[in-house]
Amino acid sequence: MIDHLIPILAGTLAAATPLIFAGLGELVAERSGVINLGVEGMMLIGAIAGFAFAAETGYGAVTGLPAGALAGAAAAMIFAFFALSLSANQAACGLALTIFGIGLSAFIGQHYVSYSLPGLQPISIPLLSDIPLLGPVLFRQDWVVYLSLIAFALVTWTLAKTRLGLLLKAVGESPEAAHAIGYPVLGIRYGAVAFGGAMAGIAGAYLSTVYTPLWVQNMSAGRGWIAVALVVFATWKPTRLLLGAYLFGAVTILQFHAQGLGIDVPVQFLAALPYVATIVVLVVISRDRKLLQLNLPASLGKPFLP
Amino acid sequence: MSQSARLQLLHISKRYPSVVANDDVSLSVEPGEIHAILGENGAGKSTLMKIIYGAVKADAGEMLWNGRQVAIASPAQARKLGIGMVFQHFSLFETLSVVENIALVLDEPFDLPALAARVKEVSERYGLPLDPYRSVHSLSVGERQRVEIVRCLLQDPKLLILDEPTSVLTPQAVQKLFETLRRLASEGVSILYISHKLHEIKSLCDSATIMRGGKVTGTAIPRDETPASLARMMIGRELPVCEAPAFTGLVKPVLEVDRLSLASADPFGTSLSHVSLTVNAGEILGIAGISGNGQAELLAALSGENTVDRETIWLAGEAIGHLDAGQRRSKGLVFVPEERLGRGAVPAQSLTRNALLTAHRQDMKHWGLVSYSKAKAFAEQCIARFDVRCGGPDALARSLSGGNLQKFIVGREIMLAPRLMIVAQPTWGVDVGAAAFLRQTLLDLSRTGVAILVISEELEELFEISDRIAVLAAGQLSAAQPKAATNAESVGLQMSGLFNETAQPTESGHAPA
Repeated sequence: MIDHLIPILAGTLAAATPLIFAGLGELVAERSGVINLGVEGMMLIGAIAGFAFAAETGYGAVTGLPAGALAGAAAAMIFAFFALSLSANQAACGLALTIFGIGLSAFIGQHYVSYSLPGLQPISIPLLSDIPLLGPVLFRQDWVVYLSLIAFALVTWTLAKTRLGLLLKAVGESPEAAHAIGYPVLGIRYGAVAFGGAMAGIAGAYLSTVYTPLWVQNMSAGRGWIAVALVVFATWKPTRLLLGAYLFGAVTILQFHAQGLGIDVPVQFLAALPYVATIVVLVVISRDRKLLQLNLPASLGKPFLP
Repeated sequence: MSQSARLQLLHISKRYPSVVANDDVSLSVEPGEIHAILGENGAGKSTLMKIIYGAVKADAGEMLWNGRQVAIASPAQARKLGIGMVFQHFSLFETLSVVENIALVLDEPFDLPALAARVKEVSERYGLPLDPYRSVHSLSVGERQRVEIVRCLLQDPKLLILDEPTSVLTPQAVQKLFETLRRLASEGVSILYISHKLHEIKSLCDSATIMRGGKVTGTAIPRDETPASLARMMIGRELPVCEAPAFTGLVKPVLEVDRLSLASADPFGTSLSHVSLTVNAGEILGIAGISGNGQAELLAALSGENTVDRETIWLAGEAIGHLDAGQRRSKGLVFVPEERLGRGAVPAQSLTRNALLTAHRQDMKHWGLVSYSKAKAFAEQCIARFDVRCGGPDALARSLSGGNLQKFIVGREIMLAPRLMIVAQPTWGVDVGAAAFLRQTLLDLSRTGVAILVISEELEELFEISDRIAVLAAGQLSAAQPKAATNAESVGLQMSGLFNETAQPTESGHAPA
């Protein structure tokens, strides 16, 4: 029994990792009042940038992830220029960025279609990884999985305990009031959007250099959209986001195993299951409208003109 | 003497594309002086204060701080110099706690527990008790103002600017605020006090600068002036007074509300609990209270934006609780909302089209199609009859000043020959002349036998026009008292939620427990 459980649980962590990165980034951007629907596009741009860098330098994810982060942040800056500096409609700009990202990554990726990368070996943490069940699940992962948990801890701590976290929340609730007491609203929002782009880029680069280390066109396969949905349904709280990501990861891995067992259900249905299950569970959890409204950054999606 | 002035403004001017907000304004404030800036809405007071606070840049003029010339580029720099400002519309973040709000403006290491202790200490020293860990959205308006003031005090200010600080306070809260301000002044803090309330300035301020149309029209020692002489300087003529003749027609109930309860859809809103009231033909019922105590919910329930149980609202004996806003209007109920632009009128549409919004019931059609000539005639008539100063029926609603647009909206509803008129904040942000006209218009309308319900935050206004006054606090409505049987103090106490026994709403046996 445990022999089956370990690979399922370990796989869950890996499958959830891109969602954790992309979701945390979008969560920070939305806390500042900016909704960036370009996560899918930024993930793909990060994925191809990371893949190309990893392939060309030969160092794999070590160079791929930073390259993905930079590319994602750069893509986010295009969005930020239109949506923040020019006060264009944020939803439209985000959708445009997604379409742009899909096209650009496919175009650059033409050269890399037959390439594959070595991927990453898990790092076993001494002693801890020998704990039965928990050890192999939690402490025998690749370093990016550990990094995602560090990122989660950092974002949670920053939002809850620091002046920066408070400021993000303040700007997201009332940019006018933040401006009146003298804070650079647009500067803070640029920062938050750039962070969101970098995190989406890392998520994409993880997919292309670690999770399935070969280039496939459109390989993020809607995970960017799931990340956007996760942020909303998690009512802008990192812990709920983490749980949602693991739920998605678990169903993803389970349906692979179900396919392996030859259950007589169309493959397309199984492949859709993680998306459906995540949305349904999150909708049920977040059906308390008051909670949703209390945590909603009040200025979300509204342009700010100083 | 000018060397020792805390703040001196010399020939400050600020032009906006369509208006000169400040024209050659000079004034001087000494240490420990409470200095009033008196003027109507649009006189340029707020712009001047924003220039001092660094939120707006002046086009011309200079500013001396303790005798040295300064150019204040940002609010942060103003705070560093020791200038604190309490805004008219609070600059607080609703979802953050008191101490978090305060931490955001202080330039010091981030340590909430230590700051919370200081907030408690300072707030108690100045008689402004505050719980540092409460969320701002759960605070009353008076408590929010305390947060703003304590926030300024923690920065050890040398000059405190207060922009219309009492517009949302109960009379008792105003007295407490004045005590705090006098104490601060005695400790050497200069205070700039912006207001258009003459009696407050007379009782609080040492000196006054009076502004009209962006210019300084005079300076005065308020103690030596009368409200009438101050008003002359402020509006350039005598303060108008309303006349309220007695109603001679048949008194019968027009609007009856029976134990109306309504849960608020807004998480920051207030639910209504067993609200009962009656408005008779020929009278104005005033509902006092500070916004956020169920005003929005009551208005939505009465206007029909929120429908309720059929048997809770009656219009002239007919149960209408279940009808929507349009059906209620067809039965002779008209409604003038608080937000003129956006709810009372469509900002980017002409007055003719705005007339159509509610007057379409007056057969404005021709062969089944909208007749714009009829709508235009209606708008023209409304403009002429209610003295709306505008560019004609084709002028866009947003091009009108607050007072003129309000005259148009109220006039439009009056021309529908209503049985009942519900008005929210009739003179909010309206200049003194238009406010007096609007009040007189409402009085005249009521004396023709129309029932009028006015919800307002301005106690003086309610005492001027109402026949009976009730208070809405925390979602509960007190029993209405004839104006002569009550006064500002007792209404003020009720506004803080302290109903006395006689004002308690009557609970009947079958009301849910």
